Amino acid sequence: MSLIDEPVPGPGGPGILRRISLWWGSYPLTQVAVITAVVALFWLLGHNTAETMARIGITPGFDFLSRPASFEIGEAPIAFKAGDPYARAILAGLLNTIKAAALGCVLATILGVVLGVAGLSGNLLLAGLVRWYVEIVRNTPLLLQLFFWISLAKSFPSPRQALSAFGSFFLTNRGVFVPGLGFHNVSVPTLWLLGGLAAAYLIFVLRAWRGGGLSARRLGLATALLLGAVALAFPLTGAGAAWEIPALAGFNIRGGYNLTPEFAALLTGLVVKFSAAIAEIVRAGIQSVDRGQWEASRALGLHNGQIMRLVVLPQALRVITPLTTSSYLDLTKDSSLAVAIGYPDLVSIINTTANTTGQSLEALTLLIGIYLAINLSVSAAMNLYNKRVSLKGARI
Amino acid sequence: MSLSDALDLRTWRSSTTLRTLKVGLFGTPLNSVITVVTVALLAWIIPPLLRWGIFDATWTGTSADCAAASGACWAFVGAKFRFILFAFYPPALQWRPLIVMVLLLGLLVVTAQPRFWRKGLLAAWCVVIAASWMLMSGSLVPPTVPSNQWGGLAVTLFVWSVCFGLATPLAILLALARRSGMGGLRMLAIVFIEVMRGTPMVAILYVAMLILPMAIPNGQMIDKNVRAMIMITLFWSAYVAEVIRGGLQAIPPGQYEAATALGLGYWRTMRLVVLPQALRLVIPGMVNLAIGFLLATSLLAVIGIFDLLNAARASATDPQWLGYYDEAYLLAALIYFLLCFGGSRYSLWLEKYMRRSQRH
Repeated sequence: MSLIDEPVPGPGGPGILRRISLWWGSYPLTQVAVITAVVALFWLLGHNTAETMARIGITPGFDFLSRPASFEIGEAPIAFKAGDPYARAILAGLLNTIKAAALGCVLATILGVVLGVAGLSGNLLLAGLVRWYVEIVRNTPLLLQLFFWISLAKSFPSPRQALSAFGSFFLTNRGVFVPGLGFHNVSVPTLWLLGGLAAAYLIFVLRAWRGGGLSARRLGLATALLLGAVALAFPLTGAGAAWEIPALAGFNIRGGYNLTPEFAALLTGLVVKFSAAIAEIVRAGIQSVDRGQWEASRALGLHNGQIMRLVVLPQALRVITPLTTSSYLDLTKDSSLAVAIGYPDLVSIINTTANTTGQSLEALTLLIGIYLAINLSVSAAMNLYNKRVSLKGARI
Repeated sequence: MSLSDALDLRTWRSSTTLRTLKVGLFGTPLNSVITVVTVALLAWIIPPLLRWGIFDATWTGTSADCAAASGACWAFVGAKFRFILFAFYPPALQWRPLIVMVLLLGLLVVTAQPRFWRKGLLAAWCVVIAASWMLMSGSLVPPTVPSNQWGGLAVTLFVWSVCFGLATPLAILLALARRSGMGGLRMLAIVFIEVMRGTPMVAILYVAMLILPMAIPNGQMIDKNVRAMIMITLFWSAYVAEVIRGGLQAIPPGQYEAATALGLGYWRTMRLVVLPQALRLVIPGMVNLAIGFLLATSLLAVIGIFDLLNAARASATDPQWLGYYDEAYLLAALIYFLLCFGGSRYSLWLEKYMRRSQRH
């Protein structure tokens, strides 16, 4: 206890209590009352829920996660059969959601950027077509588009009469077949080696990027090195990889990757819907760069490709990035519509879990928690990136 | 915004039409290649579609006539149009949802015109929403219709306008709380908004289906539509709140200071000074949000409510007209498109109008 009653100068600032009361602000008691009312409301609802659960004989809690699930899952990235615990079923659903969302984001970005640039190409016909594509896709519900795609996917002919393109893509009522890499003899050392290579590559790229020395040439060189090392890694550890082209064998098509009709419909729907959104974002971003910048760059003797890469895109990205982020988050959330077309995503499996166990409160809490975690972490990561591309010193 | 603008036909009007077209299509070698490739693509896609949709299509008759032809079955649309508008609403009473639709669409058209933006309009919305509810449920006119028989376009429009209408006042409170200096309320608003915005609407609808019935005291059953509407209202209010917050942020601090200097308290400052300006700023954003919400009402199909989309789907499961999904979805898509495309054109026009009216 000090005898001198002067405020101590320094970084400490006002005391912790003072800071809390400042943060809490005016009308402290009214606020406490409102918060108490909200808490009471939730307590009442929770109490009723607990009572209802007790009446129909359900013990609250997350014990059900370790109980065996009695259902099968149409497609799962990890092995799953009836009798495995619910936790594993939910994990399979989560992986399915992540698979659809991640692939959807990548493909929608590619298609969206192509469409956005096509819309600005200066060709009247192409620009008009892109505009109508965007308008039609934007002004009809995603769920309707998904229903359309799934009914289309189910109406494809059987594998024997499959529609094929280039002899390697097949559209059948059992799904879409595309060429893919097939692996054999993959052992644990192979995986370690591949993991080490990927880590080294990532560390190199991140360090170069942070240091500001990541030119297109260095990136290309590093990527070529990585690919070469990966190609060497397989024979070194005795594993092999081959490009597999799907082909008709007997009554079915074998080889390559098979996208089930549900997954193909979901992916197509998400990519089409969000490519339209991203095309608009890209167009708006590029148009947000002043025309004078083009003229000035041309006067400096740059050609169109250089202007785009060096002058326009870096500035356009400041507009594009935050909007694309929210598009990615929307895409992830909208992948939940998979439940309506029978793709076993997280929502669909949690719904089945809730219905078979009766633990709907716990199941839905889990569902909302998972989506919140995905959303908050993606937006945190993108905010970090956004800080990087925004103007230094500018507050937006 | 005229029709020709919407159709991107401006270039046809000017006297330099041909030259613009020539430059636009064949200006550079690359442009010519793009044009040729695009035309080839169109020539590949359009003829089969035309054959299916027009030349080989059946326009009238029964499903037997449709089965005989190879094209689209528009006769199905004629037979099922009423079902898509009203679903399972008792046929003798379908004038009720029809009046509801006319009332809602009529009021929308009136609301769309800035010269009608007065206090009376708010009152009109309250009256129309209450009247719609009473008409749909038949609580005043004797034969009551339980809400599990409501459906079609009528239910889509009804849920959309009621939920958006109720979400807006709630959203204003949320936005004010999020911007206020009161930490406790601010935290509450932030948690609510972030949880709602980070969750898919499907999950929110499942909460309405599975949790709400358990959480209601004494196990009283509220019917499915009402439960869904409660949760949708809460969900949408988070989105509306974020748009309104944008408007509040755009009000310069001088306005608050001037109001304080005049001796106005918090609520009077908000009601008389800040909110009228902020809400005016966010009207175009609200229109866009409303369009998104209209599309989002289609998720009601996931929990088995017969909204427009689900009614269209169900119409193709009628044993007499089995399997005409393409036609049903096209019709539903056309209705959604007309409403939403009209809305988005209107929002563009409104933005221009408001910029013009602000200048003087």
